[in-house]
Formats: sequence, C-alpha cells, structure tokens
Amino acid sequence: MTTTDVTIDSPRSPHARTRRGINLEKWGWLYMRISGVFLVALIFGHLLVNLVLGEGVSQIDFGFVAGKLADPFWQWYDFFLLWLALIHGANGMRTIINDYVAKPQVRRILHGALLASTGVLLALGTLVIFTFDPCPAGADPALIASFCGDL
Amino acid sequence: MATATDSPTTEVGAVQEFTVTLIVRRFNPEIDAEPYWQDFDVQMFSTDRVLDALHKIKWDQDGTLAFRRSCAHGICGSYAMRINGRNRLACKTLIKDLDITKPIYVEAIKGLPLEKDLIVDMEPFFASYREVQPFLQASSKPTKERIQTIEERARFDDTTKCILCAACTSSCPVFWTDGQYFGPAAIVNAHRFIFDSRDDQAQVRLDILNDKEGVWRCRTTFNCTEACPRGIEVTKAIAEVKSAILRGKP
Ligand code: SF4
Ligand code: FES
Repeated sequence: MTTTDVTIDSPRSPHARTRRGINLEKWGWLYMRISGVFLVALIFGHLLVNLVLGEGVSQIDFGFVAGKLADPFWQWYDFFLLWLALIHGANGMRTIINDYVAKPQVRRILHGALLASTGVLLALGTLVIFTFDPCPAGADPALIASFCGDL
Repeated sequence: MATATDSPTTEVGAVQEFTVTLIVRRFNPEIDAEPYWQDFDVQMFSTDRVLDALHKIKWDQDGTLAFRRSCAHGICGSYAMRINGRNRLACKTLIKDLDITKPIYVEAIKGLPLEKDLIVDMEPFFASYREVQPFLQASSKPTKERIQTIEERARFDDTTKCILCAACTSSCPVFWTDGQYFGPAAIVNAHRFIFDSRDDQAQVRLDILNDKEGVWRCRTTFNCTEACPRGIEVTKAIAEVKSAILRGKP
C-alpha cells in the first residue's frame, strides 16, 4: 500500500467501485440455498433406494443401474440430481477460485476450465441418462451384459 | 477472627503478582527483511491488561516497540491486535484471563499491510468504510424533530456500538484472501444506517453492498462475531443486510 494523500470524498459523492460485467452474485447465493434444500432430499432418497432398501449395498450392479435408467421416474430423478449438484459444486469451485487466485489471467483460465468441464459433464451425463441402452442391438455379445441374451 | 491462619495472598479479591512472558511479533521496515518473534518477561498484577504489559515493555525494556493506543479504555478503537491467536483489544484483555502459565503471543492483526511491530496500515479498512456512506442522509428538510419509536431505534441498536477497531474485518478469512471484500465492519456500519428509519438512502447502500465484493462473499464463518470486542452480532447484521437486498428494501 502506498501512503499517498488520502482524499476523503465529500459526502454524497457517488459510489465509485469499478463494476464490470453483470453481477449475478445475489442469484448465485440464492441458487446455493435453494438447490441445497433440494439436494438434501434428492441425495438421501438416492442413498436410501440404492443402499438401504431391497437387498442393500449388494444389489448394485450393472443390471440394477440399467433397470433404474429404464424407468422415466429415475431418469428425471437422476437428471435433477445431476444438474443441481454439478452446478452447485461448480459454483462452489468458482468461489474458491475467487478466494485464492488473485492474478486475473490465472483466474480467467481456471474459470474457463471450470465452465468447460462443467458443460461437458452436464451434456454427457444428460445424454447417458436419456439414451442409455444396456443391450445395444447388433453389438458383439462378448462386450455386453450377460442378461442381454435372455431378452 | 477465624481467618487468622490465612496468608494475605489468599484473601478474596487480593491483587496477585506474577511474571508472564510475552512473545511479540516485531518488525522494523527499515532494518528487518522479515518479521520475527521476541520474548519479554514482565512483572504483572492480576488487575493488569495486555496493554499494561506492552507499556511496561516499551517504558522499561525496549523503547522501540511500536503500537497504537489512545483512550486505553476500549472506546477509541485505536486498534485491535492478535493475542494468543485471537483478535482482541489489548486495553480490554486482562492478563489473568489468559493462560499465564504459557507465554502470551501478541502480533499485529492480519490482512492489512504491516507497517511496524503491532501497527498496520488501516487505510484499506477505512476505504471500504467510507464507501458504504456511513452518515445519515435524510431527504426531508430538518424543520422539525425526526421522531423515532423505541422499536425503530432498537432495530439498529446493536450496530451503533461499533468503534471501528478492525478486529472483525481482520479476522475474516475472506478478507485475508485478497483484501477486496468490503469486510464485516463496513457492512455493520452500513447496517446502522440502512435500518435507521430517519435515513432515506438505504437503497443506495443496499446497491453498494450487492456487489461482487459485497455481502455475498460472507461465508458465515462467525469469526467476526467472535472477534468483536463490543459484542456486536456481526454475522447476524450481515445476514440482515443480505435479506434486505433480497427483499429489495430494509
Ligand atoms: S464491528 Fe466490532 S470488531 Fe468490527 S470494527 Fe466494529 S467494534 Fe470492531
Ligand atoms: S486504546 Fe482506545 S480502544 Fe484500546
């Protein structure tokens, strides 16, 4: 800090902090709270169905997941879980970058990388949720699940 | 009297004397490249405060020790220091309340540029304070007294107690990171006017604090509430400003 002359602005002079770009901080903060509430419900539902109900942990295998993803209810369930959680996490990462990275250049690179990876993961995840086919027609039987032959 | 066998030191309320070790973080920008820790042994009484120990060091042992104080009674906010890792006012902290079997560590508050020994440059702190327009702005002409009910006054009572010591802002981990955050003290002082029924510019201050570096950077760590020597519920005040911004009015 240089200790040059400090001029105290006369009262009522307008606020001068430089504002660049749009400011979505308020909405980011709200999003974290609202998505947080939904995520608590979604995550505990997910854990309950996968790990506790039915045969518990031992039931999880390819067939179990394939069965869930064949049901539109679970497709949409997983869709909301994916989008809410990933954006929630990415926004948290953004906050951490803002806290720890002071150099604007590095900040921009990390923000860009974060945005790109979040976008790719959202797109891939959504694609898998809605187009998942456990037994693709015409695939090599050696590469697909054993129960496909029975269908 | 039945207490004839008691020695004078066990007398209730007696002033005790003890030796404490203070380890002070020293830094002289003209000589030192880096701050370093220095020990001092001082003879203290149980009625003494950390400030008295610093005075003893400065007056009897090492006159080069630099620190700020003026009122010495916890009201000028000359400034806080970090005592045993917590931000406190040296003039309000009794030595006997600390663990005197161990050395007492005293250093400058963090997050503001260190100038010398326990003195930091407070300018960045006051810059954000000035930015929130911490003065009454009433649009109506002062032709008659501005009446305020007891409830209206109680709304911002807590935040009127601030002495601008910077204990809160310099205990905030978000402020430590890049020093861009407005900091709790600025928000506390904005709160004091935002919720004042006589003030008409609440909206302006809410806009100022709805900034990238404004209230949304608060992570409710509660370090500020913990640090405030005036017992202001700082984190609560910040939360009230947040909800006022969401509501769009105080
Ligand atoms: S809110 Fe408390 S800790 Fe912060 S500057 Fe005011 S008096 Fe000091
Ligand atoms: S010297 Fe005035 S508040 Fe401590």
